Amino acid sequence: MNPQTLIAKRVALELQPGMLVNLGIGIPTQVANHVPAGIDVFFQSENGLIGTGPVPEPGFAHPKLTDAGGQAVSALPGACTFDSAFSFGLMRGGHVDMTVLGGLQVDGSGHLSNWMIPGKMVPGMGGAMDLVTGAKQVVVAMQHTVKGKPKIVSQCSLPLTSVRPVDLIVTELAVIAVVAGRLRLQEVAPGVGVDAVLAATEAVLEVPDHVPTMPI
Amino acid sequence: MKRISLEEAVAAIPDGASLAVGGFVGVGTPERLCDELVRQGRRDLTLITNDTARPGMGVGKLISARCVRKVITSHIGLNPETQQQMHAGSLEVELVPQGSLVERIRCGGFGLGGVLTPTGLGTLAEEGKRRIEVEGKDYLLETALTADFALVHAMYADYSGNLHYLLTARNFNPIVAMAGSRVMATADHIVPVGVISPDDVMTPAAVVDHIVANH
Repeated sequence: MNPQTLIAKRVALELQPGMLVNLGIGIPTQVANHVPAGIDVFFQSENGLIGTGPVPEPGFAHPKLTDAGGQAVSALPGACTFDSAFSFGLMRGGHVDMTVLGGLQVDGSGHLSNWMIPGKMVPGMGGAMDLVTGAKQVVVAMQHTVKGKPKIVSQCSLPLTSVRPVDLIVTELAVIAVVAGRLRLQEVAPGVGVDAVLAATEAVLEVPDHVPTMPI
Repeated sequence: MKRISLEEAVAAIPDGASLAVGGFVGVGTPERLCDELVRQGRRDLTLITNDTARPGMGVGKLISARCVRKVITSHIGLNPETQQQMHAGSLEVELVPQGSLVERIRCGGFGLGGVLTPTGLGTLAEEGKRRIEVEGKDYLLETALTADFALVHAMYADYSGNLHYLLTARNFNPIVAMAGSRVMATADHIVPVGVISPDDVMTPAAVVDHIVANH
């Protein structure tokens, strides 16, 4: 399986009926393609929409119905729209049950860096700081390494997105939970050993006696 | 007179003015006002807007034409020209978390001095801001933003100036419309009074100074 598909499929297993969920761009967007059967969730687009649906078929897009990247989307039955102050009230006010974001680094305490690389890439934080600060659950969906280097590090060298730790990290190798400021290996991907996860991770991981395989 | 031509509207905006502009990656941006600002060669503008869109789109046109001296925004990642001008030192960029940016504009328009938010605590977004403790929890003080002009785009404007926005083109528009000393609106459709029912008015005519004529 393609690593990004694997990550998206595993994140999708975290969805519970009735949740309000915000998906970031990149791998997180793909989570919407793998919602388990029978699970109805609300997807929020930060630009002012609950009920975001798939990309419309050709000829059925509307230029004023877009996602946070400005791309055309559809709206599902029961969708609603609102202004940006309301949209961010949903996040900071704890009404968003889960946010799934990409990451550049996560550190050994669960802190996320995902909005800039000083001197190289300064896109701006957009809505990421509000989401990580306010959502009830924060899930990071990212590849375990970049160019062979660990992205789960002892301490973030890049600017933090929030001092609030994330709750779960899902990569193509493992599921790692952040519990009381420490990282605990919760699952490994099919065919991946615990040693391989440890070798690709710089931060300290707590490893329980039994580590199950991702149920995907 | 509330109704105004596009040329007159932009002629009223001087070099060096501050503009709060609606839109999200170009969706819901008053595109014709941006085009006319470029055509009339405005300079040294301060832009308050969610993002700088893409080159050739929305407020991205103002960046490309070097109309802007400073931008207060949450995201410039889709416009490489904003980043180039920032690195070259010709454009000042103040990055603000999106939820804090919209609240700062809301405060400006609603007569509040600022807002207390947990967003940005302990990050680069805290730099230069006061940390205030309320009932045992820390917050950042994000201060109000206002502008000389608010430029918004609606789906419908009626002859009196009531505005209705469509779908995700609403975004910052109704917030921005409260924060400008002079408020100028463009609309896809200019319609008789009554077409927008009272419950569907999202920005009341009482706060709109000018409806810009369509072609």
